[in-house]
Amino acid sequence: MTLEIIKTPAETEHACWSCGDMRAAQFCGACGKVQPPVPVDYFSFFGLPRKLNVDVKALEKEFYVLSRKLHPDVYAQAGEKEQHWSEEQSSRLNDAYRTLKDSIKRTEYLLKLEGVELEEQSKAATEQARASGVQKKQVVPPALLEEVFELNMQLEEMRMGKKMGERDERLVKDLENHKQKLEKDFEALTDELKTYWREWDKLTEESSDPEQREQVRDKMVDLLNRRNYYRNLVRDVNQALEN
Amino acid sequence: MAADRIVGIDLGTTNSLVAFMQGETPVVIPGEDGSNLVPSVVALDENNQIIVGNTARKYLIETPERAIYSVKRLMGRGVEDIQEELKLFPFRMADDLDAGEVLRIKLGDKDFTPSEISAFVLRQLKRNAERYFGEPVNKAVITVPAYFNDAQRQATKDAGRIAGLEVLRLVNEPTAASLAYGLDKKQNGVVAVYDLGGGTFDISILKLHDGIFEVIATNGDTHLGGDDIDNLLLTIALDDILGDLKIDLRRNAEAIQALRKAVIDAKIQLSGRPTVVLDLELPGGKRYEREITRPQYEQLIKPILDRTVGPCKQALKDAGLKPGEIDEVVAVGGSTRIPIVRALIQEMFERPPHTDLNPDEVVALGAAVQANILGGGSEATKDMLLLDVTPLSLGIEVAGGVTDKIILRNSTIPASAVQHYTTQVDGQANVAIHVLQGERELAKDCRSLARFDLKGIPPMTAGMPRIEVKFLIDANGILQVTAREQRSGTEAQIEVQPSYGLTDEQVENMILESFDSAEEDFRQRQIIEARNEAETIQTALEKGKKSPTWGLLSNDERKQITKLEKSLTEVKGGEDYQAVRKAIDALNQATTRLAELMMDSAVATALKGKTMDQADMGEGPEAPHPVAKAEFE
Repeated sequence: MTLEIIKTPAETEHACWSCGDMRAAQFCGACGKVQPPVPVDYFSFFGLPRKLNVDVKALEKEFYVLSRKLHPDVYAQAGEKEQHWSEEQSSRLNDAYRTLKDSIKRTEYLLKLEGVELEEQSKAATEQARASGVQKKQVVPPALLEEVFELNMQLEEMRMGKKMGERDERLVKDLENHKQKLEKDFEALTDELKTYWREWDKLTEESSDPEQREQVRDKMVDLLNRRNYYRNLVRDVNQALEN
Repeated sequence: MAADRIVGIDLGTTNSLVAFMQGETPVVIPGEDGSNLVPSVVALDENNQIIVGNTARKYLIETPERAIYSVKRLMGRGVEDIQEELKLFPFRMADDLDAGEVLRIKLGDKDFTPSEISAFVLRQLKRNAERYFGEPVNKAVITVPAYFNDAQRQATKDAGRIAGLEVLRLVNEPTAASLAYGLDKKQNGVVAVYDLGGGTFDISILKLHDGIFEVIATNGDTHLGGDDIDNLLLTIALDDILGDLKIDLRRNAEAIQALRKAVIDAKIQLSGRPTVVLDLELPGGKRYEREITRPQYEQLIKPILDRTVGPCKQALKDAGLKPGEIDEVVAVGGSTRIPIVRALIQEMFERPPHTDLNPDEVVALGAAVQANILGGGSEATKDMLLLDVTPLSLGIEVAGGVTDKIILRNSTIPASAVQHYTTQVDGQANVAIHVLQGERELAKDCRSLARFDLKGIPPMTAGMPRIEVKFLIDANGILQVTAREQRSGTEAQIEVQPSYGLTDEQVENMILESFDSAEEDFRQRQIIEARNEAETIQTALEKGKKSPTWGLLSNDERKQITKLEKSLTEVKGGEDYQAVRKAIDALNQATTRLAELMMDSAVATALKGKTMDQADMGEGPEAPHPVAKAEFE
């Protein structure tokens, strides 16, 4: 592992350091040389509007085009400065592509850009909340309260049985049924989320009033949170059923 | 001199190779003994000189305490995680090792870190390449198992530096193999590379798209390979001998090495024959004889091979693919010569694997392709670009001993993540960060990479400082960390304690300490330079002999020159650079008059209105004097 400390933040330059022409975000349009990174969001990095329906095939093509221009392999014989920038730019490119090619990650990222903090559903967050005594922001969707209560009982029973080396076939069947239902609901939530992508994109094109946008935004946040909740439940059931 | 030559090196558990691009084809550079494979064996001879490769192998049996093999298994590891290996391998650790310290292995009465041992192998490969090219080689691409973690990669890079090589890139072995295969089959599709070598197993799934080799998932086991099969067969033989012949050889290092050699031979033969007989004379005169049939053998090694199934399934799952969606499968690594391994691959991926390229050489050939790409490329490689991934997730320890993953496995590299840190109490000046690698939820189950201390945070109310820490996994798969305090504008200082591995200072010291080898390298370099110089003089002399000036010399002069040239040719083939120098000087002296005469004739010709070029005196400005010194850096 190597380590370095950045002394001063890189200044944002508008002219290519090499030929002085106006530069693009990643490389100079005139001479093709890699440029020091400018802080832009992932959509801007690819020159995309902040929309949720993305042509993934076209994105992949652009990713390959930019990779050929920015990857450190291309700069192996260049000066230290260019090598460093290519590393920064290329990691930025990879991070952006990884986020934008996946529709859910893309939505979560856009909501973050819109200033929304999603509920943290990770185990790490749970543990952190437990250790610090701060209530974790995770609310069980009201419609699910009863179901989750029952499911948790069954999961506990399953775990206890496992400890004793027993496997209750009836319980396994119950859990499998439960899982199927959860997965169906999960799919339904995903489909519903998709309808809001279209709506969001339309509003973005029309530069409509902020209130309407906020409504759609909040709807997506709610759907994503519920969807994550279901995902975690399915994961827990899978874990209990495995081993 | 032309652009620096970059070689491709496969630093293997069992064998190592060095290759380069000859025109449009990668080729392996043979050693002095004509063999392409340099066994990764390092020994100390009777005069305490380091011996590497085939010649070191005999020491494994004769003086096992003065020889080391399979050191790759120890790269980047701590004493607490090699206890299993110690039961199976005759590694002799230094007596004064502390937990968390970089391992040191005894060789005779000296001890070396795994990076230093590997550096001996690399230095041998470097020498082989220098002998082949007749010029120094200082830059290399080195391959590593795709599933190597940060510490293992860093240890490999350190080995390169200690050997005097600038390591331009670490390339994952299965990816390198795909480059070698992809060279002549420019096609699009999804390829799986199954790489079972001497000590490591990797599976990589790649998408090929108009010359872009995009790895989409990788998995593996850095302690699974042919070694494990050898150890299993060895254990069975030892038990047999104890049970049937009542001889306990388990403490007899020499006998164990002889037996190991016998079971390895048997293993290799069983790939081509239905049955093999182990027949070995034991200390005390008794013989151990045992027949092994192919079915018996296959049943024995099945559990080892089955350990490759899990990683393959996980890689397919991570790639989001079913076996039927894989277009091609490639088998790499010596252990894929075993028929049952090929059958297993066929069963998992629903098609027979490609084995057209030599499984021992294909990784080195691919490394040569990547070296060529990094050197600026050629016609054969001009559209090729490798996009690899990090095999393991990178995480940070958070409250409760939990790992918070910030870069997920199979992310294309370079990849980065930014974390923000703040303080918990007023005036707090330090923040500790624990960096981990692995897939497990709890920090204690992941691999500890390093502990950082952010220091010198200006005194502020708790929660006020905003320290931005950027984690970047570079194209070698090695982590870099940068930090800055954003609110006050003060720099945050970082102190790093790598959990395993050498500090820069330690590596520098090792480079200095390897004085013996520095001397050897110097000698090697001298002989290469002297040979080059001799070459230049002889070429110039050949031209001089064809010029009319040659006829102006006396018979004796011509005889003397021819005699001296002959003796230069003789010593040039040897290793004594001083002898070559002497012969060059003698020839220099003898040809002074020839040079003067040629110069005169050139001037005379010039006065007649001809140019130097037209005068018959060789290459003009490049060789105005037949004994001009070769230009050499």
